[in-house]
Amino acid sequence: MEKIFQLGADIAKLWEKYASSYFSGMYSTITLALLCTLVGCLIGLLCGILQTIPSSKNDNIVKRCVLLVIRGFVRLYVEVFRGTPMILQAVVIYYALPYFSDNAVKFTSIWLAAFVVVSINTGAYMAESVRGGIISIDPGQTEGAKAIGMTHWQTMTNVILPQALRNILPQIGNNLIINIKDTSVMSIIGFTEFFAVHKTVVGATYLYFPSAAIEMVGYLTMTVIASVILRWVEKKMDGADSYELAQVDALTMSAGTYRHPAKPEDLLERNLEHERGK
Amino acid sequence: MSETILQIKHLSKSFGANIVLRDIDFTVAKGDVTSIIGASGSGKSTLLRCINLLETPTSGEILYHGENVASRKVNAANYRSHVGMVFQSFNLFNNMTVLENCMVGQIKVLKKNKEDARKEAIYYLEKVGMAPYINARPRQISGGQKQRVAIARALAMDPEVLLFDEPTSALDPEMVGEVLTVMQNLAQEGMTMLVVTHEMAFARDVSTQVVYMNQGVICEQGTPADLFGNPQRQETRDFLSRFRSN
Repeated sequence: MEKIFQLGADIAKLWEKYASSYFSGMYSTITLALLCTLVGCLIGLLCGILQTIPSSKNDNIVKRCVLLVIRGFVRLYVEVFRGTPMILQAVVIYYALPYFSDNAVKFTSIWLAAFVVVSINTGAYMAESVRGGIISIDPGQTEGAKAIGMTHWQTMTNVILPQALRNILPQIGNNLIINIKDTSVMSIIGFTEFFAVHKTVVGATYLYFPSAAIEMVGYLTMTVIASVILRWVEKKMDGADSYELAQVDALTMSAGTYRHPAKPEDLLERNLEHERGK
Repeated sequence: MSETILQIKHLSKSFGANIVLRDIDFTVAKGDVTSIIGASGSGKSTLLRCINLLETPTSGEILYHGENVASRKVNAANYRSHVGMVFQSFNLFNNMTVLENCMVGQIKVLKKNKEDARKEAIYYLEKVGMAPYINARPRQISGGQKQRVAIARALAMDPEVLLFDEPTSALDPEMVGEVLTVMQNLAQEGMTMLVVTHEMAFARDVSTQVVYMNQGVICEQGTPADLFGNPQRQETRDFLSRFRSN
């Protein structure tokens, strides 16, 4: 019991002195995670779309070659950035520029460096999620769109992607939450996010556990809020559970669910009206 | 004789070594209601899918007003916007309401403005008795209702020909009637239709031309009276007798 009070006192002490540091760390973490998830999704979307452009034997050779090169490139990108630790990617990208240019070119802002690394990393994961989302949509949806004369691009933007995005929304949520936590490895290149604050604080106070406790609660708060918001968005995207019957005009009152063939003269008159309306 | 819209010439289709269609020839004129009947696996649906270029024919020609649309140079999307298709599994867009389903093609493909597209969509939805359901989503309505919306969606594109790929096969028996009634009304209004169906009564009573397919070839074709009343080929007689005994 005594220890619990001790912990409370230590946390209070840290909070009093470092609250603003913790808050600014949280702010950096959440901003970086949100931005990078957003940009990562866009990269993933682009890769997913590029990878699912159909090619058939009837296409000309140039188009087929270009598609092949694009697919190869995307595949390479995904394998490299999904297959190596982000902490190493950060080091490699951050130090590669000055190394090759003899310090002439380097990231002027740690922010930019962290942003680039996390975005590219997220994009690699999202590329696969988006591709999976696209190929999971029933081929009948594509055929329905083609049958009314839509092009591949129109089919994608109007029919397939809205459904695919809805289906991968849980994946996007996963990535946001992973990013909130994993941006902590950006402290390796000196980015001062939430976890970096912890390192600074314990360096000065040696209160390892109390500070870690604050961090735990902080991270959990951010991730829980993120998942609540995402659930809400998912529900929003599904639309209402019920629908209202519309009364378009008096004629539909009699339509109900089953319309018997009208008397020929009625039908004729309505067709004429329609023609006039055109 | 009225104007020829579609002419199929020596059409063949194979999937690998599997030959599904062999040397198909027939013509669809304006106002024709052609029923394609035949056992499952006889190539009826593949034929219809070839006509809408959802499958690429292996050889042969599909002439649409004299132009061969099976050639690579033709813009398939543009051709398809003139030839409507209704599928066995409806294929309504799940991310849209009933009304949006009937508007999206008009807006994106025919480049109509929203207000005109809406009017047109409601006109056709009313025609199939689905106007009260414009705000519903496909998952919220029954199979028969979905198929009627799918017909309205195709009609809203103002197509010259409507292709039906077994439009009632996925429906519960009590919903078949409502869809057939809609199709019958369309036929009476002079819509040119090409219908792959197992509904023999529809083929007999509504169509102007019946094509009987067997193992990838057209076995017999003619008016419903001839084909049902006086079939020339033994295969046709066998096929029809199986239906009568059922």
